[in-house]
Amino acid sequence: MEKDQDKIISDVTTSEYKYGFYSDIEMDRIPKGLNEDVVRLISVKKNEPEWLLDFRLKSYRHWLTMKMPTWPNLKIAPINYQDIIFYAAPKERKNLNSIDDIDPELKKTFDKLGIPLQEQKHLAGVAVDAVIDSVSIKTTFKETLAEMGIIFCSFSDAVKEYPDLVKRYMGSVVPYTDNFFATLNSAVFSDGSFCYIPKGIRCPMELSTYFRINSANTGQFERTLLIADEESYVSYLEGCTAPSRDENQLHAAIVEIVAEKNAEVKYSTVQNWYPGDKEGKGGVYNFVTKRGMCKGESSKISWTQIETGSAITWKYPSCILRGDNSVGEFYSVAVTNNYQQADTGTKMTHIGKNTRSTIVSKGISAGHGQNSYRGLVKVLKNATNARNYSQCDSLLLGDKCGAHTFPYLEVDNSTAIVEHEATTSKIGEDQIFYCNQRGISTEDAIGLIVNGYAREVINKLPMEFAVEAQKLLQISLEGSVG
Amino acid sequence: MKEKSEITEKYLGLYKDNINKISGISSPFINSFRAPAFEKFSKLGIPSKKDEAYKYTNLNIFFDHDYENYFMPVPADFIKAEEFRCEVTDLDAYGVVLLNGFYPTLNEKLRQLPSGVWIGSLNAAAVQFSDIFEKNYGKYAKSETDGLIHLNTAMASDGVFVYIPEGVHMTRPVQVVNLVQSDDDTFNQHRNLIIAEKNSNFSIIICDHTLSPQKFLTNAVTEVFVGENAHFDIIRVQNEHNNACKITSTFIHQEKNSVTSSNNITLHGGLIRNNTYHYLGGEGAESYSYGLFLADKWQHIDNFVNVDHAFPHCTSNQLFKGVLDDMSTGAFNGRILVRPDAQGTLAYQKNNNILLTDDTKMDTKPQLEIFADDVKCSHGATIGQLDDDALFYLQSRGINKREARLMLMFGFAHEVIQNIKIEPLRERMDNLVMQRLKGELSRCASCMVKCM
Amino acid sequence: MLIINNLKASIEGKSILKGISLDIKPGEIHAIMGPNGSGKSTLAAVLAGREDIEITEGTVTYLGKNLLEMTAEDRAKEGIFLGFQYPIEIPGVSMVNFMKTAVNEHRKHKGLDPLSASDFLKMMREKKELVEIDSKLANRSVNEGFSGGEKKKNEIFQMAMLEPKLAILDETDSGLDIDALRIVANGVNKLKRPDNSFIVITHYQRLLDFIVPDVVHVLYDGRIVKTAGKELALELEEKGYDWIKKEIENNVTT
Repeated sequence: MEKDQDKIISDVTTSEYKYGFYSDIEMDRIPKGLNEDVVRLISVKKNEPEWLLDFRLKSYRHWLTMKMPTWPNLKIAPINYQDIIFYAAPKERKNLNSIDDIDPELKKTFDKLGIPLQEQKHLAGVAVDAVIDSVSIKTTFKETLAEMGIIFCSFSDAVKEYPDLVKRYMGSVVPYTDNFFATLNSAVFSDGSFCYIPKGIRCPMELSTYFRINSANTGQFERTLLIADEESYVSYLEGCTAPSRDENQLHAAIVEIVAEKNAEVKYSTVQNWYPGDKEGKGGVYNFVTKRGMCKGESSKISWTQIETGSAITWKYPSCILRGDNSVGEFYSVAVTNNYQQADTGTKMTHIGKNTRSTIVSKGISAGHGQNSYRGLVKVLKNATNARNYSQCDSLLLGDKCGAHTFPYLEVDNSTAIVEHEATTSKIGEDQIFYCNQRGISTEDAIGLIVNGYAREVINKLPMEFAVEAQKLLQISLEGSVG
Repeated sequence: MKEKSEITEKYLGLYKDNINKISGISSPFINSFRAPAFEKFSKLGIPSKKDEAYKYTNLNIFFDHDYENYFMPVPADFIKAEEFRCEVTDLDAYGVVLLNGFYPTLNEKLRQLPSGVWIGSLNAAAVQFSDIFEKNYGKYAKSETDGLIHLNTAMASDGVFVYIPEGVHMTRPVQVVNLVQSDDDTFNQHRNLIIAEKNSNFSIIICDHTLSPQKFLTNAVTEVFVGENAHFDIIRVQNEHNNACKITSTFIHQEKNSVTSSNNITLHGGLIRNNTYHYLGGEGAESYSYGLFLADKWQHIDNFVNVDHAFPHCTSNQLFKGVLDDMSTGAFNGRILVRPDAQGTLAYQKNNNILLTDDTKMDTKPQLEIFADDVKCSHGATIGQLDDDALFYLQSRGINKREARLMLMFGFAHEVIQNIKIEPLRERMDNLVMQRLKGELSRCASCMVKCM
Repeated sequence: MLIINNLKASIEGKSILKGISLDIKPGEIHAIMGPNGSGKSTLAAVLAGREDIEITEGTVTYLGKNLLEMTAEDRAKEGIFLGFQYPIEIPGVSMVNFMKTAVNEHRKHKGLDPLSASDFLKMMREKKELVEIDSKLANRSVNEGFSGGEKKKNEIFQMAMLEPKLAILDETDSGLDIDALRIVANGVNKLKRPDNSFIVITHYQRLLDFIVPDVVHVLYDGRIVKTAGKELALELEEKGYDWIKKEIENNVTT
């Protein structure tokens, strides 16, 4: 069985990436490289107001003074920022009034990804903002949502139509000086989604953004801003894919969330950027800054992420629990297979009184994958009665991978209760034999056990995506791709 | 390369000004390590909060101070220490006294105990046991990140040497009492080397004390070799005053099937940092590492543990606890590394802390780095308060609140203490912890003399 | 159904089974008794296909096929069921999901279409009633947090679901109180048909009050040292194993 199992694990860990196709879409690209003129050019291309250009330039100048962080447990080849295209958009994006105005090749692309842009064809109850390379193509259900006062549109449209909201909140959770990649994004971000839920409104459908990198040598720098006003609720999902290419592609995004009094935001990610091939060639460098501010009392922000893609993932969706009684949650499954590396986790900063946070992180390592959990729980002096519970588990498949945990607990208040638990284990031979004895093959047994292991997190996803995520997990680990 | 801080410059200068004096009294073999270690130290410098391993501990307040340095012991001190040693020897342990980092015996630099164990001055051993010494000295104390280890290697010239020959079972422990006493603020560095050969069995107790109220800074390094199938226990009891800073680094190298335990009990001290490095260097080795600290006032206590699983089927277990009162602060860093070939590893770690007041602060950073797949590893950390339900339960049985709190804290601490195998010491520790929790324990030499 | 001929096996070089021969016909219940360490569980594990046991000699023929060449899952799909002495916990995997996968694997093997969700749930309900298993257990993760008795009942439930031809129950009665024992035994009796067989491994005669064996074997030091009818179990209960040991020693000396 030992040998058999090794073979299956090796089969399992050498599956193909299913979204690796490339679409031939006529694109408008600017030349490679980054300097102040490029930043200005992006702003011109996007027809932006002066204040936004100033924000970009301020960020760019600050970025020049910064160095790439070296603290993550990642091996990253040097990135040449002069070799990257910082803006690429499908041509002829004039007034898109109906779905028929979209380039048919584009429509085909999203159909192939299972993201139809026609509203009637789409999964009931999900509104989609589709972003390809640097721009948003189409936002579905925009009008239906507008009737309730919900704003759901591309970031560029928001800049034009709701400049006050954008000005007020952009950079309020992730300042332009925050970190190397966030600062870079602040200088060159192209598009992304914008969402505002007004007071007292429960958003009736799932909102989602689908990100697709298509062009070669192109970096993707989107920016999402989500504001939940008092007593509102929204569940938001993002998905991502990219073509298979030999070179590495850079993705440096920002997500900012603001939750006002009694508001609740659920933010789910199914990240499936191209992970590189079996030898570790190519793949997306995924450096993302995601942060939510529980600004008002009793507000709640919950992050759920299924991370299966990217050659390198560097991502710490965090919560600043400023409002009294506010709640932050982080549920994560991160898979690293072949030569993938992930350094991911969260930061929970307890500022308000009676704030609570929960962290559940499940790492799965296979092949030569390296998986690190890095998390900070910080309880500030005035955060009386803060509670945190963290659970970080690692599952190992095969003997060439690694699993690491780096939790930091910093407690400055004696009424806090902070608990952290972590385990690392491999799939037990006893468990596999037990399944075998019931007629279940070793491969299926591994699938069952992995899904069982990740269930606690998958259950946090909206129904429509839970099934998708489960399949994705199996695909990333099982070689069952058709 | 990072820029050298002013403080680091100061210690670079200290080395340059005194290296001739230090070399003059040390054995050539020990001296041969100095220049390369100095090289390393000048690269790494005095650790600052920018260093990941010292993120939560600010050493500057002690390192940025002018100390008197003794590079050579004064004969008068020898006599004093000799008297002290006589008092210590009536304990049920073989007593050794180090005064300000030196082995202060005038005549007998090395002595053989009835069981065949050799004990004495490190510097003397470098000459008398050159074969054994050269095989072990400087082999285990290695660090690519901590400049203090190299500063010690560059400048320390004496300390305790213990040699336990193959197959020797020592029933009585050895007790080393580290005393610092001076009319001036002093900085001292000493170095210990313990070699427990194959199939031997040995326990050592190290007690750290301050005898005068001056400001003290100590940077001590201990290297331990534990041979195949040998059993080794080290217990460190720290009871220093609030104006003293103690940094200890203990490197325990284990061969296959050996079993070791380390126990750090910190009762009192201004700033204490204990680094314990466990290297499981052979199949089937087991290592147990425990720590307890009780901190109050402005004290800062930091325990750093590094467990390196390099071979298959080894077991490691750590339990570290802290009780923080007043405005004291504490830190715990625990790293378990499981290397690719270390299949069948079992590694567990627990860190629990109790904060008694609003002004205390505790930072904890447990860490698992695992490169092998057939492993069972877990760690857990908690920072919290005494259990209110338990408190209420005790009160409902008629125990007053103060007493109930004491009982709970004592129980919390006892979980660490109970791992001390030497019974009289365990009982003594329980008593000292109780006294300390009641706020009765003051620093005193007498407590050390009656230590067992 | 099952013919074992001079089977010898060892674990990590240590010889455990030292030449076992058995012939089990359809419809028969064989009880295997014996003191601790005699090799009972090893025999069960060998039959189920555990790979860490090395077969050094002998043959096992199951329904005319060489059993030793088959993988554990193929044996299961061919109708061999092992009731584990210590059922394994699989966190996060629900019983429903686990059993559905197993049942459908069995069906696929027989060339049948997988059961629909509603048919499957119906089947689960029926079998649960049959073995008197608490319906809540089926909603939990496989064996996780089950009491000892619940785990054993769960084994019988799985046996009912998979309808094996040859069921091997490895000390399924150990640690059970009399009510649980009765439930387990009833389950077995209800599932007994003229075309399927049972090997019941046990320490205690009391199980055999409920499940009446056709043949009782005594396994001692890796060998079957005595085979007789059900009355042998009573005799063992009364006198213990010592008289058998003596008998063997006498045989050796004479």
